[in-house]
Amino acid sequence: MIVDPDVVGLSRLQFALTALYHFLFVPLTLGLAFMLAIMESVYVMTRREVWKRMTQFWGVLFGINFAMGVATGVTMEFQFGTNWAYYSHYVGDIFGAPLAIEGMMAFFLESTLVGIFFFGWDRITPLKHMLATWFMALATSLSALWILIANAWMQNPVGAAFNAQTMRMEVTSFKEVFFNPVAQSKFVHTVSAGYTMGAMFVLSISAWYLLRGRNVDFAKRSMTVAASFGLAASLSVVVLGDESGYTVSENQKMKMAAIEAMWETEPAPASFTLVGLPDVKERTTHGAIRVPWIMGLIGTRSVDEPISGIAQLVDDAKGRIADGIKAYDAMLVLRENRNDAQAAAILAAHDKDMGYALLLKRFMDDPRKATPEDIQKAADSTIPNVPVLFWSFRVMVACGLYFIGLFAYAFWLASKRRLQGRRFLKVALWSLPLPWVAAELGWIVAEYGRQPWAIEGVLPTALGASSLTPGQVWISLGGFVLFYTALAVIDGYLMVKFARKGPDGLGLWPKRPDAIPAHAQTA
Amino acid sequence: MFDYETLRVIWWALIGVLLIGFAIMDGFDFGVAALLRVLGKDDHERLVLLETIEPTWEGNQVWFILGGGAVFAAWPLLYAASFSGLYVAMFVLLVAFIIRPVGFNFREKVQDPRWKTVWDYCLIASGTIVMLVCGVAFGNLFLGLPFRYDGDLRMTWDGSFFQLFRPFALLSGLVSLSMLLAHGASWAAMKADVLIANRAAKVARIASLVYIVLFVAAGIWLAYGIPGFAISGPATTDAISNPLGKQVAIGASWFASYMKHPWFWAAPVLAFAGALGLQLFVGRRGFAGFFCSSLAVAGTILSAGFALFPFLLPSALDPTSSLTVWDASSSRGTLLLMLAVTIVFIPLILLYTSWVYRVMRGRVTLEHVRKSHGTY
Repeated sequence: MIVDPDVVGLSRLQFALTALYHFLFVPLTLGLAFMLAIMESVYVMTRREVWKRMTQFWGVLFGINFAMGVATGVTMEFQFGTNWAYYSHYVGDIFGAPLAIEGMMAFFLESTLVGIFFFGWDRITPLKHMLATWFMALATSLSALWILIANAWMQNPVGAAFNAQTMRMEVTSFKEVFFNPVAQSKFVHTVSAGYTMGAMFVLSISAWYLLRGRNVDFAKRSMTVAASFGLAASLSVVVLGDESGYTVSENQKMKMAAIEAMWETEPAPASFTLVGLPDVKERTTHGAIRVPWIMGLIGTRSVDEPISGIAQLVDDAKGRIADGIKAYDAMLVLRENRNDAQAAAILAAHDKDMGYALLLKRFMDDPRKATPEDIQKAADSTIPNVPVLFWSFRVMVACGLYFIGLFAYAFWLASKRRLQGRRFLKVALWSLPLPWVAAELGWIVAEYGRQPWAIEGVLPTALGASSLTPGQVWISLGGFVLFYTALAVIDGYLMVKFARKGPDGLGLWPKRPDAIPAHAQTA
Repeated sequence: MFDYETLRVIWWALIGVLLIGFAIMDGFDFGVAALLRVLGKDDHERLVLLETIEPTWEGNQVWFILGGGAVFAAWPLLYAASFSGLYVAMFVLLVAFIIRPVGFNFREKVQDPRWKTVWDYCLIASGTIVMLVCGVAFGNLFLGLPFRYDGDLRMTWDGSFFQLFRPFALLSGLVSLSMLLAHGASWAAMKADVLIANRAAKVARIASLVYIVLFVAAGIWLAYGIPGFAISGPATTDAISNPLGKQVAIGASWFASYMKHPWFWAAPVLAFAGALGLQLFVGRRGFAGFFCSSLAVAGTILSAGFALFPFLLPSALDPTSSLTVWDASSSRGTLLLMLAVTIVFIPLILLYTSWVYRVMRGRVTLEHVRKSHGTY
């Protein structure tokens, strides 16, 4: 049966909104957790009070953000079941495992130790407390690893095969699922993005204190940590983002072509379109400024392999749909008689393409009755939203390059002990929102760019939705929007309030420099 | 060694363990939160109550998250059918879970009584809703739910949110509520300042008495008033996971499995023993009162699980579509891998969780919260 297109559309909107919202908080948790661990390590090694106070102050802001991350994460863990029931049934055999392992291996540790971080200061030795903070930080990143293994499987579904008797994908090799190359590049790219965000957060707020002449020693130290951590993280995010691009080009050719607005296959090595205006109707890019060779090098790591354009990929899709229909037909035969050897052979030959036949299910109940026009329509539906991907990607990359520049400059200033320049401080302060812009756009490139697939080449998004009524999804969507907006306002208010209060306002640091207690004096 | 049938039974038991872990560990957080303004007469007293749970509630809540993940991995059909079928109920539950982290963290961030009052009521509402909704959901399992599968194994559900509030389901919601209120109160009786602890012990005794009465009533109702489900067609225990391959008859007794396996009676006995022990020990020194309350929680969940076995999600609309232990699991390979992961990590989780509880041992006194509340 065909799922109500309104249910699919509303469920997609809800998933995108709740995931983008969750992703406002998670990367900051990733980054701040490590910076807390670094600051606390300096405290344990030097026993200078200022480093403990730094850990505690940034910890307050970490706590507010962590609460929001946990609150919005609950929705994600259950939303596959509520809104994507057929998806959950169809791939739960594979997709559920990394989510459950994330809970057992990482999220449990992280959440249990967060209590020690806030309430354990006077109950255990500083060394033990520092170790708890480190484990909390590591567990946070480990959490990201398992979530991204699950996500990478949606982009590159390895180690699984279709079973006609259970009507679902079943695992054939967990080793392939866990060591998915896409997972590895995604993991490093995403956690580095989080570290960059954490560094920018500390850098910007510290810059504000220095502009106001408050908490000067405190802020300068924080900035030094942020500059060095941020430089390493932003270099890693861009370099490994490029690695991520390379793996995308291997298994998600359509996403790559859409990001580049590459309508036709170019002779190798392809050029890189710096900017231009992609025109979906005419299937061309107006006013494109191209840099020769670059795209071929990024996408294929070679000068002689061509990169497929959108037109060619649509043609490929038509062929795969035709093969997929054969597999679909064989699947129906096998469901009635599991011993039919001929059908089993046909399914085995074409099961990699069965997902393409399922693309037709958006338009008709029985893909076997598809006309060439239907097949053309289904093949055209494999093109994601080109202008959105094209621009999201470019703005994200520009942000990434800017971060390298800013952190490198901050690092240089910190090493020269010249962090007080007002122009630099203002730039650092106003750069605060950029990591969020980059992270959200990154999500859009990766996930919106995966459409029309929920699982690339295996399960179309439209088929994965639950059999709900639009009314039900309106209730939850409206509820989440209202509720999340209210929380965003409160979160923003508290973040600003506590950042403004600062370590001096919270009693963690004296208001006047001459009142610094002797044991906290800085060298 | 681990054939498909054995693995399925193990995973049925493991989901039970996670559910009991969730009910015991997170259950007292809900109970304390719901009783925040009953046990805590002023802001300092409420702060004491909150500080008895704040250092550990975050870890406790992961039992719920992990439960979701484990059901997804081991029982994907159950995960898909129950959460999408109970759509609006799930939404209400999720909202209750979303409020908690921010409620705990944000309450102390603004020193204005109105601000704190709002968050108090958010926490009270969220605790109460979770305890009730979970119980109501459990009660509905015995009544059967309105869903069916087509040949593609796509599930359709033919019922609304309000149809879930049937009398037996409401009763089972109240069983859950009274049980976890008693549980939360016995936690407060153990951890809070003596002044509050005495109050909590009284509440725990009353709630626990109510629980015993309601639990017995639910048992009698189930035995005499509610037809049970039984597999009547071919029930191959190691067949492929496709629920449409069996037949199901309605009309048997939900106590049939108790007659077949008399040792199942240990579960309700455990529940009663726990509740009686709570009456005796709550408010005294040591953790015996809380321990007994935990036994009651475990016994109650086991009682329900044993009665349902082998059913996971019975369908009243199309009994054949019911999900059972024998036809709703992941493939054998996934169950096996997940079992290995569980064997390694659940002991580790218990280890570091108990370390954290040891670090946080002792009562939270009024004197302590008057001095400081840390940076949380």
